[in-house]
Amino acid sequence: MRFIMKKDYYQDIRLFKYRSTFFWYAALIVGCGLVPLVLDDYLLSQLTFVCMYSIATVGLMLLTGYTGQISLGHAAFFAIGAYTSAVLTSKGLPFLLALPAAGLLAGLVGIFIGLPALRLSGLYLAIATMGFSFIVDEILVRWESLTRGNMGMIVEFPSIGPFSFSTETRYYYLTLTVLVLTLLAARNILRSPTGRAMIAIRDSEVAAQAMGISLARFKTTAFAISAFFTGAAGSLYAHKLTFINPESFTILVSIEFLAMIIIGGLGSLHGAVYGAAFIIFLPQVILMSKNYLPTYLSEQTGLESALYGLMIILFILFEPLGLYGRWLKTKFYFQMFPLYKKDTFRREKKFFKAERR
Amino acid sequence: MPFFEALGVSVSFGGLTALRRVGFEVNQGEVFSIIGPNGAGKTTIFNCISRFYDVDEGRFIFKGRDLTRVSPHSVAELGIARTFQNIELFRNATVIENLLLGRHRHRRSNLLTEVFFSGSVRRQEVGNREKAEEVIDFLDLQAYRDQTVAGLPYGVQKIVELGRALTMEPELLLLDEPSAGMNMEEIEDLAFWITDIKEELGITIIMVEHNMGLVQEISDRVLALNFGETIAQGAPREVLAHPEVRNAYLGEEEAFASG
Repeated sequence: MRFIMKKDYYQDIRLFKYRSTFFWYAALIVGCGLVPLVLDDYLLSQLTFVCMYSIATVGLMLLTGYTGQISLGHAAFFAIGAYTSAVLTSKGLPFLLALPAAGLLAGLVGIFIGLPALRLSGLYLAIATMGFSFIVDEILVRWESLTRGNMGMIVEFPSIGPFSFSTETRYYYLTLTVLVLTLLAARNILRSPTGRAMIAIRDSEVAAQAMGISLARFKTTAFAISAFFTGAAGSLYAHKLTFINPESFTILVSIEFLAMIIIGGLGSLHGAVYGAAFIIFLPQVILMSKNYLPTYLSEQTGLESALYGLMIILFILFEPLGLYGRWLKTKFYFQMFPLYKKDTFRREKKFFKAERR
Repeated sequence: MPFFEALGVSVSFGGLTALRRVGFEVNQGEVFSIIGPNGAGKTTIFNCISRFYDVDEGRFIFKGRDLTRVSPHSVAELGIARTFQNIELFRNATVIENLLLGRHRHRRSNLLTEVFFSGSVRRQEVGNREKAEEVIDFLDLQAYRDQTVAGLPYGVQKIVELGRALTMEPELLLLDEPSAGMNMEEIEDLAFWITDIKEELGITIIMVEHNMGLVQEISDRVLALNFGETIAQGAPREVLAHPEVRNAYLGEEEAFASG
């Protein structure tokens, strides 16, 4: 256990609690920066996808994990971001402007989608946002003059001035930078009044109102912020694949986003990144482990999907706090070594149950 | 002009009348208690002031402003804080985070400055911490500062809720059964704190309370309700001795005589 002597109030607010935390995050960023030297193009592109999906899941985490508003419509924000960026760059707008524009338009639409959230919650909100997702999908298919419908759009490689992000490595650095900025922005929001208001709405709407928090304002704000990040991720997605069509943004994508934040651990930014990494790398790991299985097993059709589903079910059953919860427990084990007791976390859970009204 | 005023307030839910033309005045700097048996309409008054319920007729006037026309969150912005009968804390947040939420009505930052956590946001947050720590000091909550609210004992949760209302720096504080679920020792502390809140912080208090000892000890004036109607109003001793009040609490004369 570490104790620090606090001498002023800012010490409670700053990003890194301990000096060592800062060191480890710096090391992580340097490590991520060096990764392209070791990995081949295929794995690097998978890592780019992890960063990209993380940006989207950070957005969804702010909405679902922190504000408590479920959304099955994030594929739509993702699509809006992707198409906005694709259309704008095809009209000659530089990528550096198209990326925030994609986020902004998605955010703007997010405000409107936030409006039903003032009256709906839980499953009903999930259905309403899903409906929105279907509408966007339909618009993308029908508005052929702009989106070329089901034929899809070719998207250019992004470039800033003469510098083009045409190689795997360059695109990886671009996505990584956007992810770091996203995480910083999310962290800053969470440690200021808006973030606290979001958490307040999640835990008790009645008390939030009694604190002077306008539900209408902060629910729509949460939707807008969330949609902004997801839209920006959509823009990166479009330029990575260089081809998009409405089929890339089905309800399955929304469900995948939700699975990512639940597996990662609701209510933590770490969880958003862990979840994205888990869902993207799980199929790879399953594919790789296939080589070690006996032939009669490894040649079964549908093995990947079954294992994939099974892993998710097991995770939710045995680690409801997600990967981040598992990480906290492991960390705690080493901090308390050799005093750690297996029941440390269990007891708390039992208490929760008894307390539930 | 009185500090706070209820004018002929009536509320009914379907066929059930919860309040019938209830009126009272609260002066600045006093502790005003509302008593009455279960279902008398005490909490209904609070929920109307907070704008969770609409009144059928009548008005609440706070410093000359009609409260029946504002939205629920504006009530807090005007300087009215409250606690709840069944504790409405932010359960998954720590004590200090709960207290910091009380600072929301003093928010001067906007989303853009917050995203960049600019100097002004930083100064505002440090100020908020200072205020929250003052309240922690005032209510002796240091030991629970960084603990999650959900795991705390009931009595402590009630104090945290009181603390959260205090960090709002309100002018009027509504306490809904502050002593419910507390042991004798905690109730004694509570009595001191409420008196301190009134005298040192200068906050006016309206309190719904069942513990008659506490009511008599700390209130300046008392309103007794039964079935939504005023049955007595005045100094604590007089109201508690009022025959109709004793009737309402203890039933018929005979029950009172034998009890």
